[in-house]
Amino acid sequence: MSKYLLIESRDPFETNDVAYFFDLASSLAKEGNTVTLFLVQNGVLPARPSTRSKALSALSTAGIQVLADEFSLRERGIPANRLATGVKAAPLDVVIDQLAEGRKALWH
Amino acid sequence: MADRKTLTFALMDPPYENARTTTALRLIDIAVRRGFDVNVFAYEGAVNVPFAKQAPHANAVHGRDVGEEDHPNPKDWVAALFKEAEKRGSKIDWVQCGLCVDERGATEWVPGPRRGSPADLVKFAESSDNTLVIPTK
Amino acid sequence: MAKKILQVVETAYRATLEEQDDTVVWITHAMKGSGGDLHLLLRGNAVNYACKGQDASGLAFGEKKQTQPPRIADDVAGLIGKGVEVYIVEEDIAERGLERGDLISGLKPVERAGLPKLFASYDQVWHW
Repeated sequence: MSKYLLIESRDPFETNDVAYFFDLASSLAKEGNTVTLFLVQNGVLPARPSTRSKALSALSTAGIQVLADEFSLRERGIPANRLATGVKAAPLDVVIDQLAEGRKALWH
Repeated sequence: MADRKTLTFALMDPPYENARTTTALRLIDIAVRRGFDVNVFAYEGAVNVPFAKQAPHANAVHGRDVGEEDHPNPKDWVAALFKEAEKRGSKIDWVQCGLCVDERGATEWVPGPRRGSPADLVKFAESSDNTLVIPTK
Repeated sequence: MAKKILQVVETAYRATLEEQDDTVVWITHAMKGSGGDLHLLLRGNAVNYACKGQDASGLAFGEKKQTQPPRIADDVAGLIGKGVEVYIVEEDIAERGLERGDLISGLKPVERAGLPKLFASYDQVWHW
């Protein structure tokens, strides 16, 4: 099995295609891969609890590490201590850590 | 540093159009601060990120003159990343896709980047620990 | 041995009229020519690149004619001819009202559910 870093820079309010990326994360995890979904830029918007954040919570429940870029959250006034269930704030350094670790890295 | 990592980033966005440019430069900054070597392949509009003729401007809406406004030019961020790498003993190898440069007339860059081709991206991918493509949309 | 890389193309017709190419299909050709072991996955709107009958000819701006329009299906077929495996997501074809007969030959259909298995066979997946 492999380790994957999926970076989501887009949000489901503007782009239907975000569902594809969330489904891909889910499929990869179901196959036994280790998956981090890292939200950045407008990708963090569904991290604020809302109807659209349920998908992120479901991914977390499925064993996917769901992280949201601290700077992108702060930039959008989303408090890091009030994120949707299963979503954790994290520095962008995590992306560099996981790239250096050799994860297969996909940007969306 | 015997175990120094090398990361490659392929960029596509022109400056001032998308948050991806800033995020990409943030990532390069973190990698450089770690002492990693960084390869950059600037493809398509990204060849204008280090374009030397970017100029700061005043902002009447903010009520600030050009000095007070301190308007960001990504070329300055690129130059600062090269300086940071030098300070830390690491290396940035920034390749500007030559055909992309030509079609845009974007031939003047801050010191650091060099002209190249997709063959450089092949070499980067083979020689680095990992590659992240940050595409435009 | 060169790293085996899967190029995922999803954005379609972005500046193709100016570029005379899709820029990811183009760089795949160029990198393949430089020794890269690259293969292609068409997903999202980019599945339309495999559609036969695309015709971007006839543009003119004043008296300036565009004489060499993009021929993207030919470019994709050219990759197949060079030994590049070109995968295409079946659901994305169907959702856009396309049928197999509408597409060029030599493509390798893959279901969305099959993407993890496909990705597992590559060292890196570049999601353009």
